[in-house]
Amino acid sequence: MSPKTQERLLYLISPIGLIALWQILLMAAIGDRRFVPAPSDIAWRYWDMVVSGELETNTLVTLWRVLAGFVLGSIPGIVVGLLMAMFRPVRIFFDPLIASLFPIPKIALMPLLLLVFGFGDASKIALVVIAVFFPVVVNTYVGAANIERIYWDVAKNYGASQSVIFRRIVFFGALPMIFAGLRIALAVSFIVLVAAEFVATKTGIGYLIWNSWELMQVDVMFVGIVTVGVLGLIATVILQEIERKVIPWKTE
Amino acid sequence: MPVQRRGAAIEIADLRREFRSGQGSVVAIDRVDLSVAPGEFLCIVGPSGCGKSTLLRILAGLDRQTAGTITVDATGWAVENAMVFQESGLFPWMSVATNVRFGLDTRGVPREKADARVDAALKLVGLTRFRNHYPHQLSGGMRQRCAIARAFVTDPGMLLMDEPFAALDAQNRVLLQAELVRLWEQTGKTVIYITHSIEEALLMGDRTVIMTAHPGRIKQIIDVPFPHPRDLLQLSASPEFGKLKLDIWRVLEEEVNRARAEMEK
Repeated sequence: MSPKTQERLLYLISPIGLIALWQILLMAAIGDRRFVPAPSDIAWRYWDMVVSGELETNTLVTLWRVLAGFVLGSIPGIVVGLLMAMFRPVRIFFDPLIASLFPIPKIALMPLLLLVFGFGDASKIALVVIAVFFPVVVNTYVGAANIERIYWDVAKNYGASQSVIFRRIVFFGALPMIFAGLRIALAVSFIVLVAAEFVATKTGIGYLIWNSWELMQVDVMFVGIVTVGVLGLIATVILQEIERKVIPWKTE
Repeated sequence: MPVQRRGAAIEIADLRREFRSGQGSVVAIDRVDLSVAPGEFLCIVGPSGCGKSTLLRILAGLDRQTAGTITVDATGWAVENAMVFQESGLFPWMSVATNVRFGLDTRGVPREKADARVDAALKLVGLTRFRNHYPHQLSGGMRQRCAIARAFVTDPGMLLMDEPFAALDAQNRVLLQAELVRLWEQTGKTVIYITHSIEEALLMGDRTVIMTAHPGRIKQIIDVPFPHPRDLLQLSASPEFGKLKLDIWRVLEEEVNRARAEMEK
């Protein structure tokens, strides 16, 4: 067995071991299966929900909200971050806003957003937009502000206008940090969205989890939780692949 | 064949640059008078802190003097100057060809014209095969070749070079010095070349300006008597070259000792 295969096996041991232990304990009747379902119960329920289409419907709704919010939140985050690094007045204008609004738990804005946008998708997407904006804007700004001076000098000496500096120097120079911000933002968008779906909707994975709690269907609850984890994992892998394509000059 | 000299002319009069900070002010350069003829290869040598980089940055438009005047006559040239930086300053996110093209893009040179000029510049420095590589995939010598191509392609009246080969190993440095001199002999552009190596200055330049530190002033200007075109290797082994180097070392030694004494005070 090659060292690499060994490492991969080791990587799988802890989660598989945990699941096996969980299954054994419940089969040995240590713990109440009505409150804590065994992994096999969750798997069966998962299968049922896939067949009935219930899981698919709710997953698609959640994915749509995350994607829309993520895109609509990160684009202004990137633009504002770059402008802050380039123009002092922009930085002075946004700094206090970011410092005061970033620490507010975004889920606390949900009632306000319901008032403004109603109970449809718009309020959930708006919440994701707000939550995504902050980590992206801060990372973009830090990345752009720390571009080495020599690149500014070269750009200036070679006759670059402000707009060329913005598009071809500051943006690309900040790109590695922008992606670091996007990865944080991706996790944050799942976190706030699932929480938002607990209260203000009848669709989505968050709703599924909350509703199953009210109906005491603990296995459904676990199906929802596992689904969120899997979606987050897939989304992160896709983002990493995009990053590798977009930043070919990045040396590992 | 003698070199066809046809670059920009520079007239520097009573130049002074002071940096002010919380702890007072530092005079980087003071009372610098210098005229550079069209097509001259001028080297500036001096200890660190003599303001030679500051002088170059002012010429490049990256800094402003506190007092004094600089007049550059670059009529007939596409751009006044192009700088080659010490650590190349290639943009890591652009390929070799895109880096070389940068100064043409910013000046709105039409696509086909720019393509032809980039191809020619890459050929000139021997990087045609590497046009799609990124800077991190190149050796230090290749990166500096790329930076030189990026400067030449804009067809500047003068080239400003800030210790461009200082970070290279000895073999690569010798190769690139010879290549630069060959390029200069072909184009006859004005070159201002900053270095801390007297040997390099005498090998390549027409004149060598020796500067002193704290404040940066011109101590002496030496006419380098060796005609162009030059064979740098042969020149560096000749007794005339050795003698000139020794003479200048004597001048500089005094200066280095004075600077050291001041530091230890």
